[in-house]
Amino acid sequence: MPGSRAVHDGPGPAADPFTIAGTTFASRLIMGTGGAPSLEVLERSLLASGTELTTVAMRRVDPGVKGSVLGVLARNGIQVLPNTAGCFTAGEAVLTAKLAREALGTNWVKLEVVADERTLLPDPVGLLDAAEALVDDGFVVLPYTNDDPVLARRLEEVGCAAVMPLGSPIGSGLGIRNPHNFQLIVEQAGVPVILDAGAGTASDATLAMELGCAAVMLASAVTRAQEPVLMAGAMRHAVAAGRLARLAGRIPRRHHAEASSPTAGQAALDPERPAFPAG
Amino acid sequence: MTATTPVTVSVNGEPRRIPAGLTLDRLVATLTSAPAGVAAALNESVVPRGQWPATPLGEGDRVEVLTAVQGG
Repeated sequence: MPGSRAVHDGPGPAADPFTIAGTTFASRLIMGTGGAPSLEVLERSLLASGTELTTVAMRRVDPGVKGSVLGVLARNGIQVLPNTAGCFTAGEAVLTAKLAREALGTNWVKLEVVADERTLLPDPVGLLDAAEALVDDGFVVLPYTNDDPVLARRLEEVGCAAVMPLGSPIGSGLGIRNPHNFQLIVEQAGVPVILDAGAGTASDATLAMELGCAAVMLASAVTRAQEPVLMAGAMRHAVAAGRLARLAGRIPRRHHAEASSPTAGQAALDPERPAFPAG
Repeated sequence: MTATTPVTVSVNGEPRRIPAGLTLDRLVATLTSAPAGVAAALNESVVPRGQWPATPLGEGDRVEVLTAVQGG
């Protein structure tokens, strides 16, 4: 009908900003760069994802390597987010964050302190120690954490700018194994909650946003997909769809059906006539 | 110029013989010519880039030179 419009047409990016530590992003998809088959595929995937914030790892300089992920990010205006992947102690993670700050000129860090190679699960004790030390040193700390509401609260209390609970182990593609914990974390959090790790396909990202996450972080789901660029686009839409659904408010779940057509005004018909099949 | 006695340092985990007193900027230059995006730690402490020319290396020093790579 001409002139009609919904009460709420839904927020555009400008009306629904996603802010971490005072920096606002139009995209709620944070990408990683690990696992991409080439820098060229990575660049096309990042562009298809619409991401504005993307992680890198800090590793020893290799004189034989040509091209740099930093160049890809810089020429596309994507903010770099160094991580501390591979650190098993708070001390290693803090030093790695400081080296990243020196190398990249950013005080943001995606903090990872993992317990072992097999699970790559966060070590909660080391994580909290490192987070506190880095916050005290002026870092904007985004910790990769367990899906533990109490640990999430402690990380926020020591000054983390967001909390990034895992849906399932890194690279597992098992999705969100404990949605209820995500709900508990989101309910109490005063900082953005970002799904980190475990997304395998688009519906996982949508579910995270429906549960109230402020953003989704993923890498393998895109970079190791059969068609990374296609999956990057899928994730972009999945995050946006989940965000809109969260804002819209889903209907309650019911045990039985609830008719959507009105019962009032229904004709009183003889159930036996006309005969079926009609001749 | 007097010859200096070589010393052994560890550079990114590899032992390396260098002239005693070689400064960190000269050492890093042998690994990369990148003007940015690189950081160095000497014996587990960050050395800001501006201090590399004033940081001589000695026997047993451990140097790590890092940059950003695909990850996360």
